[in-house]
Amino acid sequence: MTREIAVVAFAQTDHRQSMAELSEVEMLMPVLHEVLDRTGLKTADIDFTCSGSSDYLAGRAFSFTLALDGVGAWPPISESHVEMDGAWALYEAWVKLRTGDADTALVYSYGKSTPGPLRDVLTRQLDPYYVAPLWPDSVALAALQAQALIDAGDTDEPALAAVGARSRGADSAGQGDYVVRPLRTGDCPPVGDGAAAVILAAGERARELCERPAWIRGIDHRIEAHALGVRDLTDSPSTRLAAEKAGLFQQPVDTAELHAPFSSQEVVLRKALGLDDSVRVNPSGGALVANPVMAAGLIRVGEAAARIHRGESDRALAHATSGPCLQQNLVAVLEGDAR
Amino acid sequence: MPEVLTAPLVVEFPFTRSLGPVQSAFLTGLRERAVLGVRTADGRTLVPPVEYDPVTAEEIRDLVHVGVTGTVTTWAWNHAPRRGQPLDTPFAWVLVRLDGADTALLHALDAPGPEAVHTGMRVRVRWAEERSGAITDIACFEPDDGDESQVTVHAGEFEDPVAGIVAAARLDYTYSPGRAQTAFITALADRKLVGERCPSCHKVYVPPRGACPTCGLATSEQVEVGPCGTVTTFCIVNIKAKNLDIEVPYVYAHIALDGADLALHGRIGGIPYDQVRMGLRVEAVWTDGTRYPDHYRPTGEPDADYDTYKELL
Repeated sequence: MTREIAVVAFAQTDHRQSMAELSEVEMLMPVLHEVLDRTGLKTADIDFTCSGSSDYLAGRAFSFTLALDGVGAWPPISESHVEMDGAWALYEAWVKLRTGDADTALVYSYGKSTPGPLRDVLTRQLDPYYVAPLWPDSVALAALQAQALIDAGDTDEPALAAVGARSRGADSAGQGDYVVRPLRTGDCPPVGDGAAAVILAAGERARELCERPAWIRGIDHRIEAHALGVRDLTDSPSTRLAAEKAGLFQQPVDTAELHAPFSSQEVVLRKALGLDDSVRVNPSGGALVANPVMAAGLIRVGEAAARIHRGESDRALAHATSGPCLQQNLVAVLEGDAR
Repeated sequence: MPEVLTAPLVVEFPFTRSLGPVQSAFLTGLRERAVLGVRTADGRTLVPPVEYDPVTAEEIRDLVHVGVTGTVTTWAWNHAPRRGQPLDTPFAWVLVRLDGADTALLHALDAPGPEAVHTGMRVRVRWAEERSGAITDIACFEPDDGDESQVTVHAGEFEDPVAGIVAAARLDYTYSPGRAQTAFITALADRKLVGERCPSCHKVYVPPRGACPTCGLATSEQVEVGPCGTVTTFCIVNIKAKNLDIEVPYVYAHIALDGADLALHGRIGGIPYDQVRMGLRVEAVWTDGTRYPDHYRPTGEPDADYDTYKELL
């Protein structure tokens, strides 16, 4: 069965360094209400709900179940969860809509990165036999990738600084000290708390709910070997393959929202996706400006879709990543109806 | 609103993991100061070794003995080591391709400073003095100008092979219960039980979580409930919990506090365990020095009519 699926609404929190005063569901609820208000839908109108989050951020098992209070989960709803960035929850919802079992889906994700030491928390996603016992933190692994890029002649420290500066709309003088050399503060994402939500709808339902739906023309995700020493860290073949399967290379895009938490990862992604200067990369500022873990990838899809909703883009690429050094990558191609 | 509560939350667990034949050979080898790799069908040598070819997914078992010297393929200078990392003085993270290997191993390099490290530099394994069959049996790498070491075939057979590892993990969080639960806990200090009412369905939830799970709306209107309530259902606990100073058997019950539309749970005391029943009227009992009801005891009122609490089961 082929039916066209579109992102019809997007909302996100004002990302802050800490939302310690709010529980996860309290942080999430305004975003859920906003995204529903944009379509006029109520929670009871949603056919399928899917969320993304991580127990390791919360430090508690099954932490996502409490967030379900925010979507009105009684009486029982059709619901699922991924222990990943919400972009992968969106993929699951897209599949659900493609099957015809649902016409609308609510996708949300959230992460409070501040309760625990995020750099250490993320080591728990690494190979538990050979790597995790060494506690190599997320910045250290990204720094190994950055040095590999510098050695390969793909970038240098001033070029990385320019990526950070462009994302923040600032000059590159404020790049800061080394966190793990060669990465400086300005090359690394801020640690913060936040949430995001999108609504998907199929076919005519999408047109009823949104003046200019952002049609998902293709979406695909791929994964690379777990062991870092097996991979060529200067390239991202999984991103390229996902993009090919999503139809990216069939015709040019005008916008690309890339989930590159580190400046060096934007260099890898631009190369893997063949993006030239004609493409507007991360007009939202990207993950170097706000990186609520588990929501930042879904935000890329939402930001790309919102530009189509507003008529600022006709064909946009959205990318999400998960795991160290761009291990897993998701690519979606979004289009608005011709004007 | 009162200031949000926070408390330290430590999550600590000794993950016990079993090893397959390849990982067992590799980690036992480290214990014996030997580094083993695995040979793929197309002749590549993977170090550290895996049981399945990352490209073809074929099972692989052929072990080879690779060098304890190698070449840095990339590095990063870590001037502020974190808890659990291999060295507590500034060091370089390195990916090292050991002599005879086609892939690189992640570890730490002990070097005086970033100017002493470069991609392509030669390094050597520094063994830990005490080795148990774990990746940390390699204490770290150190600079080494020597020649490439000999690479030989290895059967991967050892006396007393390592069958598993214990990977201790500890993460320190600062837990905050958020606005609604902070208000609940703060009220408990005054021996009050406070719920929140949904603005749409008007149900009162206790303890409140800031949201109505039926309507999906934020709740904020505080409502004092109890201190009396009705047992809606219960169970008899016969196993004594570790560190819990309560004699078994005892009764654990769902209690619908007066004015609440959701039952909370608590222990029932002051009555023999086999006389607790649905509909029993109970009240909260506070003891000195605690910030929550220690248990609930019978009020002596007649039992509640089933129809008054059947919606709260």
